Amino acid sequence: MATVRSARKAVLNRLAIVAALIATLVFLGPIYWIASTAFKPKELAVTVPPTVVFTPEITPMIRLFTKRVQIQGATDPAAYAAAPWWEKRIYDGGERVLKVGDAVQLSQYPNRFENSLIVAIISTVLAVSMGTVTAYGFSRFRVAGEADLLFFILSTRMLPPVVVAIPMFLMYRLVGLNDSHIGLIILYVAFNLSFSVWLMKGFMDEIPKEYEEAALVDGYTRMQSFFKIVLPEAATGIAATAVFCFITAWNEYAFALIMTNRRAQTAPPFIPSQIGSGLPDWTTIAAGTFLFLLPVAIFTFALRKHLLRGVTFGAVRK
Amino acid sequence: MATNAMTRLDPRSRAAKRGWSDLTIRNLFVIPTILFLIVFNIFPLIYSLGYSFTDYAANRNVPWSFIGLKNYRDLLSDDHIWSNFVITAKYVIVSVSGQMLVGFGLALLLNRSFPLKGLVTTLLLLPMMMSAAVVGLFWQLLYSPSWGPINYLFGLGDFAWLSDPDAALYAVAITDIWMWSPFVMLLSLAGLSAVPKHLYEAAAIDRAGAWYTFTRITLPLVAPLLLIALIFRTMEAFKTFDIAYTMTTQPTAELIAIRLYKQAFQQWDTGKSCALAYIVLIMVLAITNIYVKYLNRVKER
Repeated sequence: MATVRSARKAVLNRLAIVAALIATLVFLGPIYWIASTAFKPKELAVTVPPTVVFTPEITPMIRLFTKRVQIQGATDPAAYAAAPWWEKRIYDGGERVLKVGDAVQLSQYPNRFENSLIVAIISTVLAVSMGTVTAYGFSRFRVAGEADLLFFILSTRMLPPVVVAIPMFLMYRLVGLNDSHIGLIILYVAFNLSFSVWLMKGFMDEIPKEYEEAALVDGYTRMQSFFKIVLPEAATGIAATAVFCFITAWNEYAFALIMTNRRAQTAPPFIPSQIGSGLPDWTTIAAGTFLFLLPVAIFTFALRKHLLRGVTFGAVRK
Repeated sequence: MATNAMTRLDPRSRAAKRGWSDLTIRNLFVIPTILFLIVFNIFPLIYSLGYSFTDYAANRNVPWSFIGLKNYRDLLSDDHIWSNFVITAKYVIVSVSGQMLVGFGLALLLNRSFPLKGLVTTLLLLPMMMSAAVVGLFWQLLYSPSWGPINYLFGLGDFAWLSDPDAALYAVAITDIWMWSPFVMLLSLAGLSAVPKHLYEAAAIDRAGAWYTFTRITLPLVAPLLLIALIFRTMEAFKTFDIAYTMTTQPTAELIAIRLYKQAFQQWDTGKSCALAYIVLIMVLAITNIYVKYLNRVKER
């Protein structure tokens, strides 16, 4: 049947596309703003009217990674002449890089970034591997009270972080896990495990049982067929689940704020704490934010086919 | 407890006897996870239930005593707490309805084929993948009085969104709408693309108006997914902590989760906080229950 289409409809269609593109630009505005501020010269970050066109520079990134002090009086010309190009940019801004001997002192940012990586990667590996086998168990075997157990698993994810954090904080204090990587990792595994079970169960349900049945008939044990048939079939699902768990752990704020302060602090509570008092240096904060958001932006593109499934706990598939 | 393998292999056959039994494998795969979740999610809650009947303060080394239901009585008769719940309700209504409108609107615009559609859709999904705390931080930059781009674009001059008692909560809600409309859009798009084309063709042949087609064909068919988006976002908005906490310190924007955090970790009123946590927990579980019921219903379709 041919589609009935008038000229008016075609015009409306085109208008809708234009409107969609404009809406996209509006949505991307805030992201563009933070990304561009991360490369702005300090004096252009807070201008009226806001600066849109400028020559990008990486001084904010240099400031992000170094410890500096304000220079009192004039810059030492000899030190300025001997300094590498990036250090000159710091001198130009009226600051001096702190050093111990010849070694540049790093700011806390790289350490917080590293903490975020450690906690997110380890907790993801644990949550996804436990989630995958549990999902297989639920998918292939009859488990007594399965529906109730799955609801129980999901509901642990729905608990507000602050509610769980109060008793966890008290218990961690007893056993000395406050402000440790392992403490945060356990919390993130507990948080992501339920998600991982639900999502992986959806992926497992889609793998035809006949594959394993054929393998069993061919003389594989159940464990062999799980490792050699099921896991490779589930690889895409495992990857998608892992990326979702990583993003959740990477972004998590409340637990990290409550459970860590120095040694194990991750980037999300650290970055906002940089504002402090007085006039914040927005270019450096923007640089820290930009670097922190970059992995998530890349992962979002990698995940685009699985996003719908991920955000609905595997319930809605396309 | 009886177990049944998915396969119909005769249990006495050779295949069924090789390696571990299905029962062993099932237990090995399922029980550790359940135990882990009980130890790290349920046990802490039992622990804090106990403390909710005491006047325990975690930062003082003084003996505490059981005070029965006093914490709960105090909380439920505390006007301050009620005002936090009212603020939270206001926030949930404004932010979730905003997300539903903007998200569904975006989906209606995007529900047609055009070049770069995939790229545009993915770009629109970026906000919801970001850390709420960091989003809250950089929206502070956007909301800055005098030099902030938002005030510049709308000619608002020195209007201080985040330190204005009347505006702060709405400023946070706007940011939340920006962040989570893409979620509603994603679910709506899935619903819209599942509407069979022939229904629209039939409506066009019958010369049905655009409004009639929308209300009689589009909406009813997208409704189940919209409902899921609505319940899920309501639940999440009710728990909001990060974004509001990093954006503003206005008491008029003090959501219940922020109140709970302050009571527990700034005033160190531990016993009372455990009681408040339980009140919040029961509310969240009620919404979760509704959510899971609908999820299962949609799954069965």
